[in-house]
Amino acid sequence: MTDASDRRRHAARGTRWTVLACTGMVLGMGGLALASAPLYDMFCKATGFNGTPRVGAAAEASADATLAPLSVRFDTNVAKGLPWRFQAEQTRVDVVPGRTATVFFKVTNAGREPAKGIAVFNVQPDLMGSYFVKVQCFCFDEHTLQPGESAEFPLVFYVDPALRKDPDVGDLEEMTLSYTYFPSKNGAPVAEGPKPRATTTNF
Amino acid sequence: MATAAAHAGHDAHDDHKPSFFSRWFLSTNHKDIGTLYLVFAFMAGIIGAFLSFGIRMEMEEPGLQYFSNPATYNVFVTGHGLIMVFFMVMPALIGGFGNWFVPLMIGAPDMAFPRMNNVSFWLTVSGFACLLCSLFVEGSPGASGAGTGWTVYPPLSSAAGHPGPAVDFAIFSLHLAGAGSILGAINFITTILNMRAPGMTLHKMPLFAWAELVTAFLLLLSLPVLAGAITMLLTDRNFGTTFFDPAGGGDPVLYQHLFWFFGHPEVYVMILPAFGIVSHIIATFSKKPVFGYLAMAYAMVAIGVVGFVVWAHHMYTVGLSLQTQSYFVFATMVIAVPTGVKIFSWIATMWGGSIRFTAAMHWAVGFIFLFTVGGVTGVVLANSSVDKYLHDTYYVVAHFHYVLSLGAVFIIFAGVYYWFPKMTGHVIPEWAGKLHFWLAFIGANVLFFPMHFLGLAGMPRRYADYPEAFAGWHKVATLGGHIFALGMVVFVIGIVLAFRSKTRAADNPWGEGATTLEWTLSSPPPFHQFETLPKIVDEPAH
Repeated sequence: MTDASDRRRHAARGTRWTVLACTGMVLGMGGLALASAPLYDMFCKATGFNGTPRVGAAAEASADATLAPLSVRFDTNVAKGLPWRFQAEQTRVDVVPGRTATVFFKVTNAGREPAKGIAVFNVQPDLMGSYFVKVQCFCFDEHTLQPGESAEFPLVFYVDPALRKDPDVGDLEEMTLSYTYFPSKNGAPVAEGPKPRATTTNF
Repeated sequence: MATAAAHAGHDAHDDHKPSFFSRWFLSTNHKDIGTLYLVFAFMAGIIGAFLSFGIRMEMEEPGLQYFSNPATYNVFVTGHGLIMVFFMVMPALIGGFGNWFVPLMIGAPDMAFPRMNNVSFWLTVSGFACLLCSLFVEGSPGASGAGTGWTVYPPLSSAAGHPGPAVDFAIFSLHLAGAGSILGAINFITTILNMRAPGMTLHKMPLFAWAELVTAFLLLLSLPVLAGAITMLLTDRNFGTTFFDPAGGGDPVLYQHLFWFFGHPEVYVMILPAFGIVSHIIATFSKKPVFGYLAMAYAMVAIGVVGFVVWAHHMYTVGLSLQTQSYFVFATMVIAVPTGVKIFSWIATMWGGSIRFTAAMHWAVGFIFLFTVGGVTGVVLANSSVDKYLHDTYYVVAHFHYVLSLGAVFIIFAGVYYWFPKMTGHVIPEWAGKLHFWLAFIGANVLFFPMHFLGLAGMPRRYADYPEAFAGWHKVATLGGHIFALGMVVFVIGIVLAFRSKTRAADNPWGEGATTLEWTLSSPPPFHQFETLPKIVDEPAH
């Protein structure tokens, strides 16, 4: 009899342990999934994965003039809901890897109301992201423009000379840096800007 | 192998069943819940098949015949995929056969948590109800239902592509079904690890129980990731977060990584239980223990483990570096090794065996053949260079229907023909099972084989219309769909005949090849079994 109840108690302990371990696994995996957005963001920023340009101090690598120059094109876009004009001073610039370059971008509020915007960016091809180093950029701050107001922002960057040793993209001659201005609300970009008129929403 | 038969008479003494409502709606009995799951899977499967019939009718000819709005066609495709994955194959193989036979095979009186088992089932049903709701509310502008594909990729599934609430309903549906599956998985793991009969070590445990154990772990580790991904999608859609929206620094590719971290193990969730069932059927009707038992068990473990590190082979086109692609190509091909171990072990089990071609054996052998075809096209698609050409074409559709529709579904039918006498005490006429098999075998091949040609020729998935050049093979495929549907009619006739005939099944209708514990019980088994635990004597397991 005691043997049977001993066994039952032993089984109950085993069951409790199994359930706890299983629940832990579920919570752990669920937690990792929810933490994946910031983790992925950190991973992209650290490695330049998926076309995320790196952010760095001034060019630490000395420019090697023997390296083949690279043509960097600039693409500017404004998302729906923001009546701004956005252009780069030059649409392309030829740089030698390792040498710092500066390009000015001009943005004008063509609308009738003050608006806030924030720019997000991406590099194509994706694999060039880890070699494109921004020294100074306007893309991390929110900007407010009055109607008709214009602003000029500098972008200071260099291309890491290590690019030329990359087996996948080392021999490319061109790359594109793309900016998109999104309407911003409290520093966080939103899909659509503040609505000019009150619209009925049945939510 | 076991001495449980001696107690069957005693168990029958306790065989008082509760009233209809408490038996089927408040059920805590693993066999009743298994039956509920099987009936539910059948009904959901009928709806899923109806949706696929809509797809095949539309694709029979170029132009739009039945769908005025192609978005509705995509809703049919999405509904078909989600229903077949979450509400047909998984409930049938895991909830249905798993609940029925895991406790019987390991000599346990019931599952570890009978009430949680009931909760799992009704969560699955609620999830299905949510999915059906999503079909009737607005999704993309001007169309009802979620037309996102079963993968629910943003931005198509975000507020930009589907402003209506249909996608929210689909997300809730997956939440509910996922919660049900996670609870079910915990139940299976606890049952299998703690409630095996005395003497049944893990290395003597039947392969079906092994399959369900590995499957349960896959569900436990992958479903929370899906839940996290679709929860983020839900907040993106409704609460202004930007996890997957580039406007706020999010990245839609992250969703694809999360989805496929779940999605790839999910395909093994659907096929591993089938591997378990086919092992028993092949061994039973070859009258031999399965060849290489331990290798078979650990091949499933290996498939499960490696299945977690190959997800990006579904997304070669998103711009992965060459090294990353090389890794995923290699890791994916590694899976062919344990899978090959299983295929060859089934063949080796049959080799020199005393083979009886019963209906169940027809389905099992048909499965080996067709699953191998699907496996071979899988190896083709594993190559990133080839995949970039074939990505999102009908070649992929052909591939996964060979492994799922002709793999998992064939084994669901095999399981029905194998275990029906045990579950009900009735006998499906063998001719019905064989006729059903030949109609399904011919129908499914005529249906899916031409899709390889369509895919190689460039026919993309998820389009309601196509150029004239693809018309021939689409017509053939639709013809195959009709043949397969005819087989389903034979299946239903077989079941009706079984219940109407007076023939009663023997406790072990399949003779000496059937050695697992469920065959030591009566047919159908008593309402409660193994109140005195069977003792497993030292004998090589099977």
